[in-house]
Amino acid sequence: MNAPINIAGLLKKTKDVFNFHGGVHLPEHKAQSNQLPIGQLPLPDQLVLPLRQHIGNMPKVKVAVGDHVLKGQLIAEAEGSVSAAIHAPTSGTIAAIADAVLPHPSGLPDRCITITPDGNDTWIERHPQDWRKGDVNTLVNSLRLSGIVGLGGAAFPTQIKLRSNRSPIHTLVINAAECEPYITCDDMLMRERYDQVVHGIEVAQRLLGAKNIMIGIEDNKPEAVKAMQAAVENTDIQVKVVPTVYPSGDARRLVYLVLGKEVPQNKRSTEFGVQVFNVATVLALYRYFEFGEPAISRIVSMTGNVNQAQNFEVLFGTPLRHLVKAAGGAKADTSHYIMGGPMMGFNLPSEDVPITKAANCIIAASSTLFEPPPPAMPCIRCSRCADACPVSLQPQELYWFAKSDNFEKAQDYNLFDCIECGACSYVCPSDIPLVQYYRYAKSEVIALDKAQEAADLARERNEFRLARIEREKQERTAKHAARAQGAKAAKVAGNSDSKPAATDKQAAIAAAIARAKAQKETDSAAPKNTTEMSAATKAEIAETDSRRVAAGLTEEKSPAADNDKQAKIVAAIARAKAQKEDVSKVSVSGDDKTTKPVVDADRQAKIDAAIKQAKVAKAEAEAGKEKTSGNNDGQLMVDADKQAKIDAAIKRAKAAKSAALTAKNKEDN
Amino acid sequence: MNRSPYITNAPSVSSIMLKVLLALLPGIFVYAWLYGGGILITLVLATATALATEAIMLKLRRRPVQPFLSDYSAVITAWLLALAIPPLAPWWLIVVGVAFAIIIAKQLYGGLGYNPFNPAMVGYAVLLISFPVIMTKWPAALSFAETKLSFMDQFNYIFSHALPANISMDAVTSATPLDYLKTQLKLNQSMDTIQVAPIFGVFGAKGSEFVALAYLAGGAFLWQQRIITWHLPTAFLGAIAAMAGLFWMIDPSQFANPVFHLFSGASIFAAFFILTDPISGPTTPKGKLYFAAGAGVITYLVRVYGGYPDGVAFAVIFMNICVPLIDMYTQPRVFGHKK
Repeated sequence: MNAPINIAGLLKKTKDVFNFHGGVHLPEHKAQSNQLPIGQLPLPDQLVLPLRQHIGNMPKVKVAVGDHVLKGQLIAEAEGSVSAAIHAPTSGTIAAIADAVLPHPSGLPDRCITITPDGNDTWIERHPQDWRKGDVNTLVNSLRLSGIVGLGGAAFPTQIKLRSNRSPIHTLVINAAECEPYITCDDMLMRERYDQVVHGIEVAQRLLGAKNIMIGIEDNKPEAVKAMQAAVENTDIQVKVVPTVYPSGDARRLVYLVLGKEVPQNKRSTEFGVQVFNVATVLALYRYFEFGEPAISRIVSMTGNVNQAQNFEVLFGTPLRHLVKAAGGAKADTSHYIMGGPMMGFNLPSEDVPITKAANCIIAASSTLFEPPPPAMPCIRCSRCADACPVSLQPQELYWFAKSDNFEKAQDYNLFDCIECGACSYVCPSDIPLVQYYRYAKSEVIALDKAQEAADLARERNEFRLARIEREKQERTAKHAARAQGAKAAKVAGNSDSKPAATDKQAAIAAAIARAKAQKETDSAAPKNTTEMSAATKAEIAETDSRRVAAGLTEEKSPAADNDKQAKIVAAIARAKAQKEDVSKVSVSGDDKTTKPVVDADRQAKIDAAIKQAKVAKAEAEAGKEKTSGNNDGQLMVDADKQAKIDAAIKRAKAAKSAALTAKNKEDN
Repeated sequence: MNRSPYITNAPSVSSIMLKVLLALLPGIFVYAWLYGGGILITLVLATATALATEAIMLKLRRRPVQPFLSDYSAVITAWLLALAIPPLAPWWLIVVGVAFAIIIAKQLYGGLGYNPFNPAMVGYAVLLISFPVIMTKWPAALSFAETKLSFMDQFNYIFSHALPANISMDAVTSATPLDYLKTQLKLNQSMDTIQVAPIFGVFGAKGSEFVALAYLAGGAFLWQQRIITWHLPTAFLGAIAAMAGLFWMIDPSQFANPVFHLFSGASIFAAFFILTDPISGPTTPKGKLYFAAGAGVITYLVRVYGGYPDGVAFAVIFMNICVPLIDMYTQPRVFGHKK
């Protein structure tokens, strides 16, 4: 239903051009900005260069504030393999290296280098290279210093696409389709600089070793087509005119248009022996090799609600304000600026953002140009979106799944094949913002995948930790068994000696044995030097232990067993203490009487505190459980876990309290 | 707009629905000319009921009323049901039918876009099963009816069930051609003797064949406006024609010819206006073919072997149940994927 009705095109080009499914015809708005030649701008007062203007790693800054730089000087070098360099677009002084607002949908700030031009525009020493005869690997490697990235909007570092460790390329496709309305920068580039474009294509051909070369241009650019056809006269470059359908400028769509090859979204066209470059990118390659000029500027269409829409050669880092002024200023009712085209562009956060390598077009928007959409109606399943989708997806199904957070089904219906071109939203009678739903669904799936990875990693670490503790426990029990054997032998030996002199020592040994036994039964990390600790310290340690287990810092067995162990420990310590006191009742006087109530009271207070803490934590857990939603599984789990631990801690505290009471009773009796 | 894409070229839901209403007008005009103005009364009653019940339901469901009333989808349901029932039916018949269709078959499922069944057909099925006698009392076309009723007579009859003094209902109404055909075939009459009866017109049922032609014109308008595609009407009519042709070739004395089947009953009407309801129908092109073909086959079988003269309503409702299955199995091949 929405197939292009280009009869002339069909009749002439059916052999040359393969039409893809779907696509939409858009009102072009190109005549507004392609009447004037490419304009030059005066130097702005400041150039703000974001370090991140490309896909990949942030480059490393090579200059400091106050340095004087020349035009084309490297000020940030590429970091890692997927990265691009930044060069000074004109001579001047580094004014700042700080965060500034980026031209990005998020509006977030990021590190930028600000240059104050000195007005002289002095070039650094440039080094052309012989691209016709030079070693291909050397040439490609030198591109790391060129700062050249894809100028079609993706901003992917170009040297990666020309690296030698890739599949062999037999066909080079130059993307000059420029399918979005309002954008005319590639059109003007071809009209004026066709000779340089052809040289650029030759550079790319040499570096890739491609045999077939095609340049795809939409048929709404007749002047550009004519210029290019004349320019490729004596070369083996083919000019392929494709019908004007949005989104024919998408790389995979263009490859299908000119070659008939379907490249799925999860594969690259290089796996099919095809490489695609934007027409402005190859021109940049030519300028770099032939004249030694790194990437310092690009053509930008300044159009929309401005007084004199035009294309300009803009230095990177030029503030948007400067560009708008050059286009005669924005009309009074301008509400904001859009970077990119009307189908896939985004709102710019302010007029102070800089022009970057990815900025092919700036549209001054107003509510007359782009009317606010009416509220979305329910989907009526008319399937116009499915008819328009260039990837043959079912947008209405993806919409239902995204809306109900059914991400599994959305992925079954190939959510990630969506190129977010917006053709579906364009035709929807219910004005549903379909692309926003898919962006939401995609980001949720990615976030869930990341959370899953993190959870898997945490699980592995926990399992390893449990194994380690098990191993340590076994080592410890072996050690204690050996020590107990030794102590027993010593006891037997001690019994046969003089009795009264050894009662003290006997008591000490008995206490030690009791402790060892108790320690053997517990598998928590018991402290080693417990022989000379006062009862108060011991109580505090027992206290801390229960708190540690409640907080999940120590691994616990079943709460019941723990209670038993704790009770046993406490009882054993109490017994040992009683024994010691019995033995030393004669020698020590009065201290125990004063320490006892203090200990008890002290201990009592601490037990009360622990119980209170446990209660508070439980109350918090209850409240927290009510707040968490069903989707947030991780948090629910934590709460349940925490709940169990808190319950255990409460039980232990209670047991400790009762044990203390029984011990106290025993002592009293 | 404030987000990409910043432009749109889509017609609104209400403009699509209005065009459907426009496409129904030729059929309504011929209908009124052949059978009298009673149909207009029914249409008005139906529209009023539909809008009123929709407004009440939206208020009860705490949804905004104005945008949904002004999308005219309720009006379409009302008109389709009004055109499907006998024009001289008492006023409460259309009111009950439309109310059921809007309240239960549409709003209770979630309103616009959420109903799994075609609301008009659900309303029709409910009326047919609940009031079978009234639903089969069709007036003969004015041109050959024994007695003709004026517009005021029809108005009176619809609201008060009163007829002019010397006229009885039997003189006004007659069986529909499909109904007549069925009963006569059961009485073992052969096709030749049946088809000379006056209710058979030039190529279809007398009278309604021209209404069908008018609906065909409306359907062509919808196709030209790209509101419907060719898949549904072609597959439905093709299936009926194929089934009818097959049976007729086997035994012409027992089965009517395909042209008759195409222009009788609700065939054309259903092909362009009933099956093309986007909400309850399939979304894939291949799915539409299977859906419509299935509906055509069932319609024919109900006509020949079923207990009702026309089977479109039941066929459509049954295929509506199959839509999720059809959609799942007719997903088109995604770009770059192997099938």
